[in-house]
Amino acid sequence: MKRIKSLLAGVALLATTGAAWADGTLSIYNWGNYTSPELIKKFEDTYKIKVTITEYDSNDAALAKVRAGGHGFDIAVPSANFVPIWIKEGLLLESRPDQMENFKNVDERWVNVPWDMGRHYTVPWQWGTTGPVVATSIYKGDINTSKIWLDPPPELVGKIDVVPEMGDVMYAAYRYVGGTWCSDDKETLKKVRDVLKAAKPKWLAMDYGIEKMDTRDYAAAFYYNGAAYRAREKNPDVHFGYAKEGYSMFMDSVAILKDAKNVENAKLFQNFIMAPENAALISNFATYANGIKGSEKFMKAGLGDAPELNIPKEFQAAGGWNETCSPEVNELYSKVWKDLLK
Amino acid sequence: MQNNPSIAETARRSDIRNRWLLAAPALTTIILAAIGPLLVVLMFSFMVRGDYGDVKYWQFSTNGWLSVLFERDPIDDSLGLSSANFTIFLRSIKLSLITTVITVLLGFPTAYFVATRPEKSRHIWLLLITIPFWTNLLIRTFGIQDVIRNEGLINNVLLKFGLISQPIQMLFTDGAVLLGLTYVYFPLMVLPIYSSLEKLDFRLVEAGYDLYATRAKVLWNIILPLSKPGIIAGSILVFIPCIGAYVTPRVLGGGKNMMLGNLIEQQFGQARDWPFGAALSITLLVIVTLALLIYVRSAARESGSHGH
Repeated sequence: MKRIKSLLAGVALLATTGAAWADGTLSIYNWGNYTSPELIKKFEDTYKIKVTITEYDSNDAALAKVRAGGHGFDIAVPSANFVPIWIKEGLLLESRPDQMENFKNVDERWVNVPWDMGRHYTVPWQWGTTGPVVATSIYKGDINTSKIWLDPPPELVGKIDVVPEMGDVMYAAYRYVGGTWCSDDKETLKKVRDVLKAAKPKWLAMDYGIEKMDTRDYAAAFYYNGAAYRAREKNPDVHFGYAKEGYSMFMDSVAILKDAKNVENAKLFQNFIMAPENAALISNFATYANGIKGSEKFMKAGLGDAPELNIPKEFQAAGGWNETCSPEVNELYSKVWKDLLK
Repeated sequence: MQNNPSIAETARRSDIRNRWLLAAPALTTIILAAIGPLLVVLMFSFMVRGDYGDVKYWQFSTNGWLSVLFERDPIDDSLGLSSANFTIFLRSIKLSLITTVITVLLGFPTAYFVATRPEKSRHIWLLLITIPFWTNLLIRTFGIQDVIRNEGLINNVLLKFGLISQPIQMLFTDGAVLLGLTYVYFPLMVLPIYSSLEKLDFRLVEAGYDLYATRAKVLWNIILPLSKPGIIAGSILVFIPCIGAYVTPRVLGGGKNMMLGNLIEQQFGQARDWPFGAALSITLLVIVTLALLIYVRSAARESGSHGH
């Protein structure tokens, strides 16, 4: 009897400490090298919550891991085109950020977004664009075109890096040949394939990261605007272009997982990052725009009004969302992609 | 007298039982950690692909396996042999074979050098060969990248001495992948060759010279046959990880041309075709196993004929 009592006491103790522990933690699953340590420190100090961060390198990897269960994460940061899949698969909690205190700071432009109308699930983290990045001391012509990497001028041939993301590359190629993204039209697909296959021998690499712009291993790239900003910080002649033929935009949004253990803490975090001074910390670290009004004035000098982060008026219409295509279309595109990389 | 056989029998039985018991932990580990997951992979390869990755559980399909060999052209829908897969398989096998040959050519003299040192200094040489293993593979690979890139060590030195006027493009070529693979797997070739050379009876070499054999003949007829087990073991140790290499082609090859490891990764990532990825993994396993069997068989036959 005595033994049972002490056992019960032990269990009770375990339960209470377990609860106390749960009150003070938050587990975030985010893209690699994307979470500002300063932001996390401020959140931890403000709410006395211990934050752990686990990183992923692709939407597919993140989705697979969360879907498999047993991950222990409270928050994930899927891209716009993946949010509908996460919702459809029942992985996200409807945490109603639109009813949170700081929601008033979200730029109207990012409230009624196609992947989460009215923001019932997600809060903006960062958004950006894909486009040509060029060392203008090497190439002096027009940089606002996909020609830079799909039909490169002689001085850039053999010095180009293209991001190995099927969605971004195929999207730009589709817009370049005048096609509609996610269409299964064979004529257009053939044009896309031919353009890509003709361009590939003129590329040097298909790799993540354009740090090699600094050393001039790359003279041009097809990459993301935030990385282009960081490249310009090191070399003032590196410029980011907005392809007039069409370019894709992306936004990563913070969502709470349905099986989160620290739902209240996660909600605190969603609300926390909608405050302009906190959103600015996110941007200061990864150098992408964040979608929170008034955050620019808290950003480090030169970031808020950087040309990489502010799409010029004349190029705004050319931007489009890189939606997730149907499984059938994705299969078609995958085959072309594999054929390109063989 | 009559009891003796049964005592022997009991002893034999308990001996067998003890052996099984001693082997049990290893066997359990192999069954749980190797065969179990493999069965899962095998099952996944026969399921219907999920819409966004994953599979549709318990829905049977052979599409994953068909895609290993055949492919419907995305444009004109015609069914044909999958040229993309063959190209990638061939590239992997080609690069792995070349790496194996280079590591033999470089590894054998190295091992011979170490084996012919005085016993005391051999340990130091062996230590030097294994030192690279103390550092993570990824870091070593990025290290190579830094040496061969356009503003890297080699190009800078060559430029400085005026031997070249433009940096040579070495990074992101097949040559860079070969260099990386050779560097990474070199110790795996040296160590087994060394262990067979270490056992070599150098009196046989002397005997060869006494019988007026030339240096080449001694090498070809005495040393090489006797160190063959080491060369075979080394080749297996190099070839197998090479064919599934993932990091080296990605970091040094620039990701433009896939090897098998990259193709498999793509199926579990952007292509969202897990059954095909699973089928590819098993195909790779089968190829490696077949190569091993052929190798071991022929090796056994040859060493058998030597005995006669």
